[in-house]
Amino acid sequence: MKEIVVISGKGGTGKTSVTASLAILGGESLVVADCDVDAANLHLLLTPEVQYREDFYSGKEAEINPRICTDCGICAEVCHYGAILQPTDTGQWIIDKNRCEGCGYCSHVCPASAITLSSAYSGEWFRSKTRTGGFMVHAELAAGADNSGKLVARVKNEARKSANEAGADYVLVDGSPGIGCPVISSLSGAAFVVLVTEPTKSALHDLRRVYEIVRKFSISAGCVINKADLNPGVENEILGFLQEENIPLLGTLPYDSVFSEAMTAGMTIVEYTRGEITGRVEDIWEHLLREVSSRK
Amino acid sequence: MRVVITAAGREWDSQVDQRFGRAACFFCYNDEDGTIQIIDNQSAAGEAHGAGTKAAATVAEYEPQVLITGNGPGQNAESVLSRTGVEVYIGAGGMTVKEAYDAWCGGKLSRA
Amino acid sequence: MNIAIASGKGGTGKTTVSVNLTSYLCRTRPAVLVDLDVEEPNAGLFLETEVVSKTITYKQIPVWNQASCTSCGLCARVCEFNAVIQIKDDILIFPELCHSCGACVGLCPANALVMESKEMGVITHSRKEKLDFVESRLNPGEEQAVPQIRETKSYLARNFNDSMLCIMDAPPGTSCPVVEVVRDADVVLFVAEPTPFGLHDLQLAVKAARSLGKEPAVIINRVGIGNEDTESFCREQSLRVIARIPNDREIARSYSDGKLLFEEFPSVRSAMESVKGYLDEAEQRFFANQAKANQAKVRQEINP
Repeated sequence: MKEIVVISGKGGTGKTSVTASLAILGGESLVVADCDVDAANLHLLLTPEVQYREDFYSGKEAEINPRICTDCGICAEVCHYGAILQPTDTGQWIIDKNRCEGCGYCSHVCPASAITLSSAYSGEWFRSKTRTGGFMVHAELAAGADNSGKLVARVKNEARKSANEAGADYVLVDGSPGIGCPVISSLSGAAFVVLVTEPTKSALHDLRRVYEIVRKFSISAGCVINKADLNPGVENEILGFLQEENIPLLGTLPYDSVFSEAMTAGMTIVEYTRGEITGRVEDIWEHLLREVSSRK
Repeated sequence: MRVVITAAGREWDSQVDQRFGRAACFFCYNDEDGTIQIIDNQSAAGEAHGAGTKAAATVAEYEPQVLITGNGPGQNAESVLSRTGVEVYIGAGGMTVKEAYDAWCGGKLSRA
Repeated sequence: MNIAIASGKGGTGKTTVSVNLTSYLCRTRPAVLVDLDVEEPNAGLFLETEVVSKTITYKQIPVWNQASCTSCGLCARVCEFNAVIQIKDDILIFPELCHSCGACVGLCPANALVMESKEMGVITHSRKEKLDFVESRLNPGEEQAVPQIRETKSYLARNFNDSMLCIMDAPPGTSCPVVEVVRDADVVLFVAEPTPFGLHDLQLAVKAARSLGKEPAVIINRVGIGNEDTESFCREQSLRVIARIPNDREIARSYSDGKLLFEEFPSVRSAMESVKGYLDEAEQRFFANQAKANQAKVRQEINP
């Protein structure tokens, strides 16, 4: 079983739309993992039926027991985040959960042991069946909760488990955006990375930065240029970059309203249209499989 | 010699866990007396951040000479491991623990 | 007055709106554009400003003094971020993981750790005519956006007075860094697409903003694609839609070259004019509130 991770650096390049189409083409041969938990959208296209759900805890948060608190205020003195407050109306010390980073300093200095540190609720994860008959693992963050390497790792782990049980060949991961901790966690354990980009200055800029991480982990990668015909000049710059880094071009897709039409219909491109674009996505999928299998 | 392999399970035929910081467990083998010890990595794998440094500290306690893994530890974990003098070998992803150990014995794995 | 421009999802046109809005405003008045997408600041690609100053930002991290250390290991045990690791008698510190909480330093029984400043990122201040551009960038390898955003906010407070319009281009998403930007904003604007993805992410963003006590207004970008659901959601939630930018291949193409859009496209210009109208109103409220607060302060000083 091999893990294919789709990332883009910049948002809005069509990463999720491409992932959803590949998921449909792969059918039961793969399990899909949505690690773009900040803006988890894959479920809108794959309409998964939830079979299992579980609460997820990540990071810590402090809590003051008002019955034990002796009102000494030492906790507030040591807190570097200004997260411990004493509102004048109640006079009771409380933790501002939005500011608390869960360091636990307050719990160590409290002379009355009135402060406990516990795992913070940060959302739910689900295992579902999609309309292709394959499995999908996805998550929903609680409002204001932080995406973390841990949640991404959990989603991927569960997807791997499902793939092993179902005898699937691939885990297809809709990776996290940006270049921070979640994307690094998305990449860990990957056999191949698909970079989805578009010919805009900002997308190219972010592509370069995210590829630095891919290269650092020595994972092989291929590239899909979406909205390719939008700007031939920048497209050429991207092609130059791919050549320099020896990244195969898996295929290009045109700038076409059919993408948003399909999304609005709650479908993937390959289901919505049987035209030339579907053919191109099919070529990308086959090219991708050749690249993945040519690497041990 | 003490060898540690990142593993998804507790047996010789378990899969190697590609990851280091969030590996399921560490399969520790002492090839002088043939003893096997499994170090659970739950506590590091369950960290929101900094799983790598914590896992490296856990591995360090076993005082291994060799560590075998898949993609290789990240930068932070690597600098913890370098203090212990352990030699890190990568590229064992997709193998079982036994296969990885044999591949290392046969000099088929590369240094991180 | 601080204006946060955010979006639940990446790629909805948040940076485009921020850049065009600030440039549009600056035709008649001074304003500041602040790029707080500290991991991947991109707004500078669209501007031709001249650098005025560069300010290095620092965060506080512990430094170990081996001579005083008794190897008790308390520092490593209390660190919730695994930024302090004990290997036998050695203490290793990982600045990128450190949240500067100070627990290891404060609790060390031997005073073997002290807090010191370490470079975290850079704030680049540049200018072109009436437009000030403040770009905040984390150093490569640094993982925490929040302290860098905090430092940038305090830079703004030091360099500009309250009445200056600061347009803050937030990072995408709804997690901690965005919360840090939106928390102190006087006006929150969301840029959303009228597609199912756009709507879903807008719903999450609105929920997050309201949990901070902020009432956002919405700018809908690429009107013409998708469906009416985003508009209906805004109506149901009494969210004010203050501008609509049409979907246009030529706009997308011009953007891809890194160009300013309102000069070329009347539709973008009129959208910016609508946003400006909304900000003018907000500004009047802002000054009225400020005056009220000042009066209260004066009264209190006279009759303590």
